Amino acid sequence: MNAPTLGTVLHAPTSASETAASVNFAYLDERSKRMIRRALLKAVAIPGYQVPFGSREMPLPYGWGTGGIQVTAAVIGPNDTLKVIDQGSDDTVNAVNIRRFFQRTAGVPITTQTRAATLIQTRHRIPETPLREGQILVYQVPVPEPLQRLEPRETETRTLHALAEYGLMHVKLYEDIARHGHIATTYDYPVMVNDRYLMSPSPIPKFDNPKLHLNPALQLFGAGREKRIYAVPPYTKVESLSFDDHPFEVQRWEATCALCGATDSFLDEVIIDDQGTRQHTCSDSDHCQQRRDAPSAGAA
Amino acid sequence: MYVAVKGGEAAILHSYRLLAQQRRGDAAVPELSVAQIRQQMKLAVDRVMAEGSLYDPELAALAIKQACGDLVEAIFLLRAYRATLPRLGCTLALRTEAMALARRISATFKDLPGGQILGPTYDYTQRLLDFSLLAAATEPPPTAAGPTLPPEQSTPRVVDLLNQEGLIERCPPPEGDPEPMDLTREPLRFPADRATRLQNLARGDEGYLLAMAYSTQRGYSHTHPFVGEIRFGTVAVELAPEELDFTLSIGDIELTECEMVNQFVGSPSEPPQFTRGYGLAFGHSERKAMAMSLVDRSLRASELGEAVQSPAQMQEFVLSHSDSLEASGFVQHLKLPHYVDFQSELDLVRRLRAEAQAQSQAAPPPSAATPPSPKAQP
Repeated sequence: MNAPTLGTVLHAPTSASETAASVNFAYLDERSKRMIRRALLKAVAIPGYQVPFGSREMPLPYGWGTGGIQVTAAVIGPNDTLKVIDQGSDDTVNAVNIRRFFQRTAGVPITTQTRAATLIQTRHRIPETPLREGQILVYQVPVPEPLQRLEPRETETRTLHALAEYGLMHVKLYEDIARHGHIATTYDYPVMVNDRYLMSPSPIPKFDNPKLHLNPALQLFGAGREKRIYAVPPYTKVESLSFDDHPFEVQRWEATCALCGATDSFLDEVIIDDQGTRQHTCSDSDHCQQRRDAPSAGAA
Repeated sequence: MYVAVKGGEAAILHSYRLLAQQRRGDAAVPELSVAQIRQQMKLAVDRVMAEGSLYDPELAALAIKQACGDLVEAIFLLRAYRATLPRLGCTLALRTEAMALARRISATFKDLPGGQILGPTYDYTQRLLDFSLLAAATEPPPTAAGPTLPPEQSTPRVVDLLNQEGLIERCPPPEGDPEPMDLTREPLRFPADRATRLQNLARGDEGYLLAMAYSTQRGYSHTHPFVGEIRFGTVAVELAPEELDFTLSIGDIELTECEMVNQFVGSPSEPPQFTRGYGLAFGHSERKAMAMSLVDRSLRASELGEAVQSPAQMQEFVLSHSDSLEASGFVQHLKLPHYVDFQSELDLVRRLRAEAQAQSQAAPPPSAATPPSPKAQP
C-alpha cells in the first residue's frame, strides 16, 4: 500500500507496437483510486461485509477480473512486486493478460514466485505456499453474494445479511446431505467470517478454504461487475459452513503430481492421449516449480 | 510429458495481428475511413454513442472501425475510454421543447400545433433491396427540403397540450430538484428512483430493452400505450458555471425523445388519467427511445399501485440485466479457464456415480439419510 501521492502521472513503459498514450500509474485516476481505497478501508473494518463501490469500466471485460484489477490498481505502488495467477498458474492467458496490463500501466516488477510477491492477484486459487504478514492477496470475484442463487433479489439478501439470517444456506446444505449423503458444493463453498457475515470465498475449490482462516496476509475481494468489495483482514476467523455430524472436508486425491510428486497440493487432471489416459499435475505452477527446483525434490 | 499451457503472451500478441488482418479484410479493397463511417453509418454511430454514454460521433465511428463493426464491442471501447475522463459538471436540464426538429410525429392526434413532420425515416420505405447501391455511387441523392419551422421557435410537447385538461399526470420537478445520482460514478442500489432507472435504461442494450418492452405488449404487464410524441432533432446543451450569472451553450446534440401515454384506470391514491413513460437517446434511435419509454412506464408499477407480477415491472430484474457490457462480459467469461472448478466438479460427479452404483447394487434402497443437526449459529 505504498501508492504514489495524488496527481502523480507516470508514463507507461511502452513497446513500439503498443499504445503510446500516457496513462496514470496503474491506469486508474487518483480520485477513482481514493474512492476504491475508502471502500477497502470499510471492508477491512467490517470483515466479510460487501461494500458497494463505484466500479469503473475497465479496458478489460466485466467477468474477467475487473474487480480484482481495480483493487490491485488502488493498492499497488512502485515498490510492489506483483504476481498474477489464474487457476493457480501464472501462464494461463488471462493471468498473462492482466500481468501485461499492470506491466504496461504501472511498470512494477513482476514475479511468478509466491514468496517474492508483495501483491498477488488471483482467480480461483489460493497459492499453496503459505502467505506471510505484509502480503496482499486480491481475489477476482464473479458473484459476491453467497445467497444469490437462493435469493436473487439484492434488497432481500441485504436484509438477510443485516439480520445475520442464514437459514437459507443451511437448508440448502442440509438438502444436499439428505439427497446425496454429503454436501455437493465443491468450489465457492460458503464461509462465515468473524462469526458474523456469510461470505463467498470466490470460486476457489473448497480445498483452499482452510487457507482463508487466520491467514497472516490481507485478503481483498473485488467484484467489478457487481460493484462490491469485501475483505478478510489478517488473522481473521473464517469458518466453512458445516454440521456437527457432517464436518467440513476438503478434496483428496489418490494420485500424486506427475511432475513434482506432491501429495498435498490441489491437482488438475489432464488428458494426455486419445484413449483418455489421465495424468495429475499441481494446479499451482509456482509450487510445483519450487518443489522441482529444490534439492530434495521427488522425495514425497 | 505433459506440456503446460505456456506461451500465453506470444499467443496473445499473435492474436492481435490476426485480428488486425481480419479487421482490414482484403487489402485490395480501399480502407474505410472514420469520416466515412461517421457520415454513412450514422445510425450505428448513434447507437454506440447512446449506449456508450458519450456524445462524440468521431470517437464512436473510430470505435466501430476498431471493433470491426461489432457494435457491442464498440460500445465497450467507448465506455472504457469514457471512464478515464474527469467529470467537469452537470448541465442544465435539456429543453427538448426548443428542439430544432427534423422529425416529429404523434399517434394520438391527427394534427396538432407545430404539425407532424415525417422527416428521415425507414417507416414507409418498402423493404426491397436496392440493387442500385451495389454499383459504386456516382452522384449524391437530391437534397430534400427540410422542415419549414424557424429553428428558434419552440414546439410544445403533445403531452403538455393534453395537460390543459388535466387528463395526464404531471411530473413537475420536485422542490429544489436534486442533481441526479451519476450511475457511472456510484453503484446501482435498490430500490432505484426514477432518474436512476432512466439513466440505466438510457445506457441499456437496445435489443434487451426492445424485448422487455415487447413483453409488456404480450400480456406480461399490459400498459395500453400510445405514442404521445416522438421527436428527433438538435438541442443546445447549456452549462451554468457558478462563477457566471448567465448560461453558456457548449454545443448542440442530436436527440430522439419519446413520450408514451398510457391509460390508467386509477388507484386509491391516483385518479383515472393518462400516465407517462419516457424515452431519450442520443442521435436518431427511435426503436431504443420507444422501448425505453415502455419499460420506464412498466417499472413505475409499484409507484402507481399496480401489482408487480411481470419481469418488465421488476426493477431488480430489468436494471440488473440491461447493460450490454456487464451481460456480454459475464456470459463470455465462461471462455476463461475453469480447470480448477471443473476438476472439483469432476471429482464430485465421479463420487456421486460411484455411490449411486453401490446403492443400486445393494437392494432394497435404504431410507433417507438421518437428518443432520445444524451447528448452532449466532
